[in-house]
Amino acid sequence: MTLESQLPALQIVLPLFGALLCALLRSGSLAWLVALVVSLAMPVISALLLMQVQDGGFISYELGGWAPPWGIEYRIDVVGAYLVMLVSVIGALIMPYARASVAKEIDADKQAWFYTMYLLCLAGLLGIAITGDAFNIFVFMEISSLSTYVLIALGKDRRALLSAYQYLIMGTIGATFYVIGVGLLYAATGTLNLVELTARIAEIGPTRPVLAALAFLVVGISLKLALFPLHVWLPNAYTYSPSVVSAFLAATATKVAVYLYLRFLFSVFGVTVVFEGLPVPEIMLVLSIAAMFGASIVAVFQDDIKRMLAYSSVGQIGYITLGIGLANKMGLTGGVVHLINHAMMKGALFMAIGAVVYRIGSSKLDDLAGIGRKMPATTIVFALAGLSIIGTPGTVGFVSKWYLALGALDKGWWWLVFLLVASSLISMVYIGRVIEVVWFRPLRHTGPEVRDVPVSMLAPMAILAAATVYFGLDTSLTAGIARRAVDILLAGAP
Amino acid sequence: MTIISEIVANYNQWITIFLMVSGLYIVVARGNMVKKLVGLSLFQTSVYLLYTSPGKILGGTPPILDPDFTVYSNPLPHVLILTAIVVGVATLALGLALVVRINEEYGTIEEDEIFPEKDGE
Repeated sequence: MTLESQLPALQIVLPLFGALLCALLRSGSLAWLVALVVSLAMPVISALLLMQVQDGGFISYELGGWAPPWGIEYRIDVVGAYLVMLVSVIGALIMPYARASVAKEIDADKQAWFYTMYLLCLAGLLGIAITGDAFNIFVFMEISSLSTYVLIALGKDRRALLSAYQYLIMGTIGATFYVIGVGLLYAATGTLNLVELTARIAEIGPTRPVLAALAFLVVGISLKLALFPLHVWLPNAYTYSPSVVSAFLAATATKVAVYLYLRFLFSVFGVTVVFEGLPVPEIMLVLSIAAMFGASIVAVFQDDIKRMLAYSSVGQIGYITLGIGLANKMGLTGGVVHLINHAMMKGALFMAIGAVVYRIGSSKLDDLAGIGRKMPATTIVFALAGLSIIGTPGTVGFVSKWYLALGALDKGWWWLVFLLVASSLISMVYIGRVIEVVWFRPLRHTGPEVRDVPVSMLAPMAILAAATVYFGLDTSLTAGIARRAVDILLAGAP
Repeated sequence: MTIISEIVANYNQWITIFLMVSGLYIVVARGNMVKKLVGLSLFQTSVYLLYTSPGKILGGTPPILDPDFTVYSNPLPHVLILTAIVVGVATLALGLALVVRINEEYGTIEEDEIFPEKDGE
């Protein structure tokens, strides 16, 4: 019973107990310290896990010493380990940033609760990626969702409450659809363990309960993922929540839902059932393209930058699901690599706009006029990450689109390559609009308080922005990860 | 007559589906935030039935080992649903807490009264 064998449990237990400690401490600064220590420990643990599974193996951890399928199994393979790594690195980068931003945006007596909810959310998201039990996924999903509702409701604007309520209704419907799907699968197969489910579904084939379960699961997860047209909760939730929350959610929450998609579509149900017997690829393609264009065009007309970025997120999720819809090696690689890339660039963008909110208290486009001269570092971060959203060569956005285009060409779909480029042009319009306003308009907010943010806030977003460029030039790490994940997914191994 | 006998034979599932659909309908059709939550709760509760009713095995006893019995009901769905009930209660409580805060800020919990004043969004 070494500590090393307990790592999968520690990954979840640490944030859970950290949350408890934060709630008991009641002081904002102490709670932040706890959250910081826990968030910084997370990438260390996930790196250790990743090292163990890197060459294609997996870790099976029997929770409470009960062997699967009776007990809950934590099962980590390369796909899960990379996602855990992604979530925990983003979590670790956001915590140093959070101190100043939270102190500004949230009342002193509520700050400890903020960190409590943040750690619970982190535990839930990591749990989804680690567990190998379909019902356990639901429990973690609800842990992360319930804490997310509270985090959103902590926003200063009173509309934050409405957004949280709206998200609670939508999110609960999504989660309940997911449980209905799992219930049908359990009734059909008699197991909840993902590995066993895979084997038994392969045995009984696509019978009606299995297909009904697939439908419920896909709709439920799509709600969490904000797949167009089930995205209506997302723009409000990201706009009115505190800046730290927008950055954290945009970079992690939807990515975890994508992971569930991959797990269920490719591993549990298998490529043959989902992509050859059913019109799933067609549906995915249509919805993804609608998201890429619809949401991006709406983003162009927003005067609030957080809202604009939120709509842009819906559009970018379209690229990820496009990769899933293509379901060939290159296309799926593009989708998976965009999952990592989008986390980096949207994290940086939301952090940059959070820095502006920290200084001038507004994220309205008009209020940002000329701010590039007063906050040069923040706007450079915004510009770099923005270029990446557009897909400029030399940034990560280009890498994902390149793979997606290759995937489309593999199918002989020239028109799809054209659509990819066309949708990138729309993102150029909305990012370009912001760049124009912040650098070329006369300054609106002059006071001495309008200057670059403290290093604790600047460093995390600078790291993310630098990463978008670094991984745009040296793709061996991110694209390598994606390729290995895709090999596992397409092989259908759980 | 086959339809009727099918319905009678699977009455538990028909009740589940009826509750599910009516819960979802209330969520969609009502503008009052508390009523919406009631519908949501109903929707979630119907899932408990979906899980527990196939867990009962006809002629099976409660799952306590005894030399006299060989057929037991499946206890796992009940355990799962115990967890789901906790989740449901937490969701309802959080939802109601949000409605209380919304009522404090807006003075109403009717969606039609709140949304026109969302300053032109």
